[in-house]
Amino acid sequence: MNLSCPIEHHHGDTILQAHGGGGRLMAELIQSVFAEAFVGLGLQADADSAALDIAGPVAFTTDSFVVKPIFFPGGDIGRLAVFGTVNDLAMRGATPQAISLGLILEEGLPMAKLRRIIESIATAAREADVQIVTGDTKVVERGKCDGIYINTSGIGPLNHGSDIHPRSVRPGDALILSGDLGRHATAVMASREGIAFETNIESDLCSLAAPIAAVLASDVEVHCLRDLTRGGLASAANEIANSANCSLSLNAQAIPVTDAVRGASELLGLDPLYLANEGRFLAIVAPESADSAICELRNAGCEACLIGTVNESPRGIVTLTSELGATRVLDLLRGEQLPRIC
Amino acid sequence: MKYLDEYRDCETAKKIAAKIAESATQPWTIMEICGGQTHAIMRYGIQDLLPDGIELLHGPGCPVCVTPLGKIDAAIALARRPDVILCSFGDMLRVPGSATDLLTVRAQGADVRIVYSPLDALTVAAENPDRQIVFFAIGFETTAPPNAMAIFQAARQNLTNYSALVSQVLVPPAIEAILSHDEARVQAFLAAGHVCTITGSAEYLPIAARYHVPIAVTGFEPLDILDGILECVRQLEAGEATVRNCYARSARDDGNPTARSILETVFEPAAQTWRGIGEIPQSGLVLRAEYAQFDAEQRFGLNGGTVPEPAECIAGEVLQGRCKPTACTAFGTRCTPDSPLGAPMVSDEGACAAYYRFRRVAL
Amino acid sequence: MCLAIPGRIIELTETDPLLRAGRVSFGGIVKTVNLAFTPEAQVDDHVLVHVGFAISTIDEDEAARIFDTFEELGEFQEPLP
Repeated sequence: MNLSCPIEHHHGDTILQAHGGGGRLMAELIQSVFAEAFVGLGLQADADSAALDIAGPVAFTTDSFVVKPIFFPGGDIGRLAVFGTVNDLAMRGATPQAISLGLILEEGLPMAKLRRIIESIATAAREADVQIVTGDTKVVERGKCDGIYINTSGIGPLNHGSDIHPRSVRPGDALILSGDLGRHATAVMASREGIAFETNIESDLCSLAAPIAAVLASDVEVHCLRDLTRGGLASAANEIANSANCSLSLNAQAIPVTDAVRGASELLGLDPLYLANEGRFLAIVAPESADSAICELRNAGCEACLIGTVNESPRGIVTLTSELGATRVLDLLRGEQLPRIC
Repeated sequence: MKYLDEYRDCETAKKIAAKIAESATQPWTIMEICGGQTHAIMRYGIQDLLPDGIELLHGPGCPVCVTPLGKIDAAIALARRPDVILCSFGDMLRVPGSATDLLTVRAQGADVRIVYSPLDALTVAAENPDRQIVFFAIGFETTAPPNAMAIFQAARQNLTNYSALVSQVLVPPAIEAILSHDEARVQAFLAAGHVCTITGSAEYLPIAARYHVPIAVTGFEPLDILDGILECVRQLEAGEATVRNCYARSARDDGNPTARSILETVFEPAAQTWRGIGEIPQSGLVLRAEYAQFDAEQRFGLNGGTVPEPAECIAGEVLQGRCKPTACTAFGTRCTPDSPLGAPMVSDEGACAAYYRFRRVAL
Repeated sequence: MCLAIPGRIIELTETDPLLRAGRVSFGGIVKTVNLAFTPEAQVDDHVLVHVGFAISTIDEDEAARIFDTFEELGEFQEPLP
């Protein structure tokens, strides 16, 4: 006689396909994990979409997070998802108000890991003073999506009067960097198979909303802001030079890189100017505002410094003056930097 | 960082450059062998500090650039096998083979892993006993002892699932090939300081004597390179032609005997094809008979024939210093780092890529 | 070719001659490096590391001596413009 019980055994410690299926397991997941963690954060879980009250122009952004490893020194994919979204809004001069959270979970993901990530999202949202108003969960079969992928959208009112955009950049503008480069990339690389090393370095992951708000509230004339994520300072600078149809001139001596990041870069043959950051930005301000901008940012906790200027030409090109005083082009890379031995 | 930062000092660099300008009474042509030196020259703009008459030519010291097309194709063929994990230094992943490259086949599902050290590939082999691990063993004499050590340890540990796809090259035969060419323009060499850290400088004495060329064993930081150039200019002005060690903090005159001992235990010299240049006798290393079972081409029955290069690519001329990358009709147009026709446009060490990436701007 | 970087040995972790290894610091990041090719290298020595192997011990005297040479260059020259 073959006895098999038709009622599903509830494995409370692992994500199953059913958790994305729209049935009881998914409802339980939303209630017991998400709703509990997001208390006070404005989650409108009872409807298909969230209703918001925002008057006037808004900034709206979207981002996806696939970082590996999920947990890295200084953060995790959840914290990254919140701050990454908040920072994109801040770079436009907006006040981050609300984000959406789309989760793609791999079947077999331990529930404990998911809880840890959700707690981290909640903590980050409280730190950044942003609401999590709506979300979605899907589960894909084992072997897909490296445990978890996160997609977000973010929205916030554009309170600041001026147009913070590459089109506002002018020749003569000052380039201000908010801090040292490459910590996030170094922290993530440190545990990567094949190139791993020991380090105390943590990711520079943080919310940039507060320092940006401080500088925008002051008398500094801000023309453009850009956070430095994948591709590093070099890529962001190239994007702006291209959009603004001008030239960005950087001074290698002025760009801060901490010893550990240098050590990892030298060892693996990588250039810190292309390394990913998650808590650093470039501010392009009117030249007479440069000192003020540095002052405001330092008061807000950023180790800001002047690293170069905007020039009229060569248009669309970023140049770098080396430690020996020679000037050369700092190009966009085709793709990711790869470690080298040559 | 100690032993690094101080060799990048701007004021000292200018001092040495001024001394070079003061010393040179006529134009001279100097070749740096090593891709790492090319990289530093381009990155720091060292040519800009030199007087007009001192011309730097860039040599074939980029193992990525000179690895034969057939070997790249072999690596790709091996990577595509479902039973193989191909481990490689990052440098090789974008180098174009006949039809594709390792990065693309990785995207298509091949198990290609970047490693920092050949010992990491051994670790992969130990952790994956049911797969075949092939390590793409490229390099000059600097990398040969580490590659040899991995094979030596694989033999000791009886790691039968480890093998090496070998493409090792030697510097002195390449220098001879360059100097013996009718149109040789090189008047002095900056020898590769890390190669000489392993080999010592004895092999360069007969070359200096036979061809009457000064050879300065040179390091890789801006002050090292300028110091090497100063030494070459000094000798050229005095009519001398000898080997001088300007990298004594690392390279001893007799090199590293312990490293050479492992190299010679596992490898032996053989003829080698240099991509873009052709075959140079006794210019490469192959596994000795006792270690032949670790040869990936033998293990997997690949015969590694020669494959022709795209006609427009003049890599060979560039690698031997007979012309600059900018003289190539495809440079910067049909041949760029995004769509390279030949190897020197792929690796940052390659002269073509270095010229493209670090190009000067008329300001 | 041959990217090799100086680092300081902070600990020896394995003494078997072929497997000789140590933890080496590069500006604060630490990597375990094979020291088989530098049997003389000890803790606090600086070694030059290529693909996870120390290929030489840095000769501190030579490293310092070259700067004396550079100093001398400056003494006999016209002031720089």
